[in-house]
Amino acid sequence: MSDTDNWKIWEVFVRSKNGLSHKHVGSLHAPDAEVALKNARDVYTRRSEGNSVWVVPSEAITASAPEEKEALFTPADDKVYRHPTFYEIPDDVGHI
Amino acid sequence: METINFEDRFQEYVDSEQKVEPKHWMPEPYRKTLIRQISQHAHSEVVGMLPEANWISRAPSLRRKVALLAKVQDEAGHGLYLYSAAETLGADRSDLVGDLLSGKAKYSSIFNYPTRSWADIGAIGWLVDGAAIANQVMLCRTSYGPYARAMVRICKEESFHQRQGYEIMLSLCRGTKEQKEMAQDALNRWWWPSLMMFGPTDKESTNSAQSMNWKIKRKSNDELRQEFIDKTVPQAEFLGLTIPDEHLELDEKTGHYQFGPIDWEEFYQVLKGNGPCNKERLEARNKAHDDGRWVREAANAFAKKTLERKGENSAA
Ligand SMILES: [Fe+2]
Ligand SMILES: [Fe+2]
Repeated sequence: MSDTDNWKIWEVFVRSKNGLSHKHVGSLHAPDAEVALKNARDVYTRRSEGNSVWVVPSEAITASAPEEKEALFTPADDKVYRHPTFYEIPDDVGHI
Repeated sequence: METINFEDRFQEYVDSEQKVEPKHWMPEPYRKTLIRQISQHAHSEVVGMLPEANWISRAPSLRRKVALLAKVQDEAGHGLYLYSAAETLGADRSDLVGDLLSGKAKYSSIFNYPTRSWADIGAIGWLVDGAAIANQVMLCRTSYGPYARAMVRICKEESFHQRQGYEIMLSLCRGTKEQKEMAQDALNRWWWPSLMMFGPTDKESTNSAQSMNWKIKRKSNDELRQEFIDKTVPQAEFLGLTIPDEHLELDEKTGHYQFGPIDWEEFYQVLKGNGPCNKERLEARNKAHDDGRWVREAANAFAKKTLERKGENSAA
């Protein structure tokens, strides 16, 4: 097929309401950012799902590989002292 | 030494109800099955717009017209969510669309039946979307993450589709004698093809067992079909319509309806391309794609120009 039919992929992020972060909702094809935004409006916010949209070229995203999961994330698992419940405070102290 | 191969580890992972995500290792047949299933699902959403679009300009009121327009637009959206999900598996969008346009790819046979009267729009929303919902609710729990997420979105949107269809049937059934006959005629024509939407019986369905193992499918064709019948028969009774099946009978012991034999010969004929509208649907899709080419070209030209202008401005 011609390149007319092969626009690049954009990832779409929608903020559902002020105060919340933008959240990934899916992707779409578009020739440029402007059209990507317009398409995102039609494809992902037909029912007032949001009040702000980001579009990012998929190729601009660098993702961690699943094989790196252990190396990246397990070091945090044995650091219980990073959580408040690690510290022993008598009940009598009240809320702290 | 114990060796566990990748396939076994993948099966264990899926068995523990964890979701498979795009970059995870997966067996090639799992990937292929998903690409085929998701793209067929996407094609069905896209082709599914055609029988209903047939009535947009002739909807009997503005209220019905905006509802039908919104529904058909939703179906376009569903197609897009699904093509995106297929792309996360490495499929190329233009290949998928190309296969639909060339007639190589399959889509749900139900959309090869004609919409002869306005009542068909009611019957489609009630029965065809109803059957699709049964399948899609199950797929919200499918093992492939992006597919499951697309299904959650789709299911949220579908419930209005079925309700607007049933409301159309209800108005017709509460209307004149002719209107009620129209509704009955539509039910007569859409009932059996709707039951076929769940696919061949479990005995005949060769790929089902593997799909169930991989938790792509969570319920069998026959289970889903039975669920749909049990839910739909009382809805038909409420309308005062008769399901066109002389064998239909509630089994008091099981609480399920027994039903008559399905004409699978018809199913396979439509699947092979010999349904009443197969040719027309493909022609309409190809025409829409060709007629839209100038828009895509214009968008490309505009994108290029904008980029060049930006370049000039920053150079200056
Ligand atoms: Fe849909
Ligand atoms: Fe629908």
